[in-house]
Amino acid sequence: MALEASRRVATEAPTVRWAAIALMGAFLLLFLLMPLIGVFVEAFRRGVPAYLDAIRDPEAIAAIRLTVTVALISVPLNVVFGVAAAWAITKFDFPGKSLLTTLIDLPFSISPVIAGLVYVLLYGAGSLLGPWLRLHGIEVIFAVPGIVLATIFVTLPFVARELIPLMEAQGKTEEIAALSLGASGWQTFWKVTLPNIRWALLYGVLLCNARAMGEFGAVSVVSGHIRGQTNTTPLYVEILYNEYNFAAAFAVASILALLALVTLAAKTLLEWRYGHGLARRNGH
Amino acid sequence: MEVTVQEISKAFGDTAAVHDLSLEIASGELLALLGPSGSGKTTLLRLIAGIEFADSGKVLFGGQDTSRLPIQERQIGFVFQNYALFRHMRVIDNIAFGLSVRKRARRPSKADIRARALELLELVQLSGLDQRFPHELSGGQRQRVALARALAIEPRVLLLDEPFGALDAQVRKELRAWLKELHRKTGHTTLFVTHDQQEALELADRVVVMNAGRIEQVGTPSEIYDTPATPFVFSFVGQANRIGLPVVNGQVTLPGGENVEMAGAGHGEAELFFRPHDVALSKTGESGLSGRVLTKKRSGLVSAVLVETSFGLVEAEFPSGEPLHAGQEIRLSVLRGALFSGGDSVRWVSER
Repeated sequence: MALEASRRVATEAPTVRWAAIALMGAFLLLFLLMPLIGVFVEAFRRGVPAYLDAIRDPEAIAAIRLTVTVALISVPLNVVFGVAAAWAITKFDFPGKSLLTTLIDLPFSISPVIAGLVYVLLYGAGSLLGPWLRLHGIEVIFAVPGIVLATIFVTLPFVARELIPLMEAQGKTEEIAALSLGASGWQTFWKVTLPNIRWALLYGVLLCNARAMGEFGAVSVVSGHIRGQTNTTPLYVEILYNEYNFAAAFAVASILALLALVTLAAKTLLEWRYGHGLARRNGH
Repeated sequence: MEVTVQEISKAFGDTAAVHDLSLEIASGELLALLGPSGSGKTTLLRLIAGIEFADSGKVLFGGQDTSRLPIQERQIGFVFQNYALFRHMRVIDNIAFGLSVRKRARRPSKADIRARALELLELVQLSGLDQRFPHELSGGQRQRVALARALAIEPRVLLLDEPFGALDAQVRKELRAWLKELHRKTGHTTLFVTHDQQEALELADRVVVMNAGRIEQVGTPSEIYDTPATPFVFSFVGQANRIGLPVVNGQVTLPGGENVEMAGAGHGEAELFFRPHDVALSKTGESGLSGRVLTKKRSGLVSAVLVETSFGLVEAEFPSGEPLHAGQEIRLSVLRGALFSGGDSVRWVSER
């Protein structure tokens, strides 16, 4: 009797349960799975040769290459910044600490388009820095440096946000212990701090990378859409689409979608590993 | 190595954690810093370690002023309450850490480091667990690994911050005995912080009782328990009764009728402190503390009796055979105690 009663308290009636699951399933199907499948269906609508042609187009290859290049520059920079910021925020007390924590979140709360516009205002032809930049032959806006800057801005919080809660929970005692044993600050970082955050760091890198490759708004403002030069993959997809070249647009989009799926798989794998590590930590 | 603390002060914001404190620790001594939370005992330990830096005053290791040295250069062994083992390293690598991060010129060979780590593991009686990770060990085992890790760098002084605070009672007891034995074998100058008076009295050669950032008393466990120097020590270490008595012309009349000189006090209030086991039953008609038994709790050979007297509630301990029951009118005489008034104190033992 008691057992049955507790079972009734713990769970809902089967009809309610199934209704909730069905609702969620329908929602996921409608808003997530079908669009994703749609991308691949549209990509192959004109057959495999057309698909291959679309992604072998020199402009497509240039766009993909640019996207990878931008990610290769902005992700490592944000790793360095994210680790440094998280380390400073969680292991030291300094004036302006809460301001820094708030600033790190800024890119999350600002529309990417505005971020792009700010860079145009700052580095564009009519800006304060514009004449100086032109004088020295440095192109920022409508060139690769602008795209990199905008991407760094948008992806800035990912690594730091992933690390701060973990490093806060871990505290400073292991670092103090290492220092008391004679380790230098550098040794302490490499041998104690970094190994403790490696899974969270990798997770942050993945998220940062996914966003860096997929960013549209900010990059769209600063890029200038010069084909084969400043067109990233998301921008290229939009151009193809606007030219009613649907099959090619979806073919290139499928590359991005595939990238997202790989990231998701890697993230799940990491969560599995990382969750394990987390359980260990709690047992510690 | 002997450690000297000279007139050290440390404040966090407006609150003084340690106030103008001086302390001498003899080489090879096992010293307990005992006090309630917020008494500054942990801050004092961290000042000696170099985790915190003093606002003023000095810390000397064997005559060398270390006040400005960073923690890396103080060569101390620090053990945390929560062990702070490196969670991603095996036990053996934890213990070897201090030797393996040395500069090349002073670093022993890999084989030597390993041999030394295994030796230390044997010293802390954990041989065979060298390949385990910290999360695979019990709390007591982790604390012993933490100790071995601290000992690996041949520390000039060993500093333990509530080392057994996170362990359950049985393990605490075992580890206490074990630490005492380890100290006897290795002879390191050792300071440990604790809020557990039992632990301090049982383990330490000398106990430093701290309160509100100052030292109340330094002495052997017997001195601390038998002759507490201040009202704080009297009530913090062991059980104590406190009774307020008037001082008239520098004289205090005890409940038993005896007069005690308190020349410094003049007129005012004095406080009489005495232990529950330092009372006896008087026969009716004699002078003493008269009162009524409220409750009686038996624990083993003694019974604790709560008595309501005209001076307030008094706790007394008697052999369990004593025929006492709740509601009974009794008379107590105090055999031994101490009177405190202002800065003045008089220790007093009944002549009977």
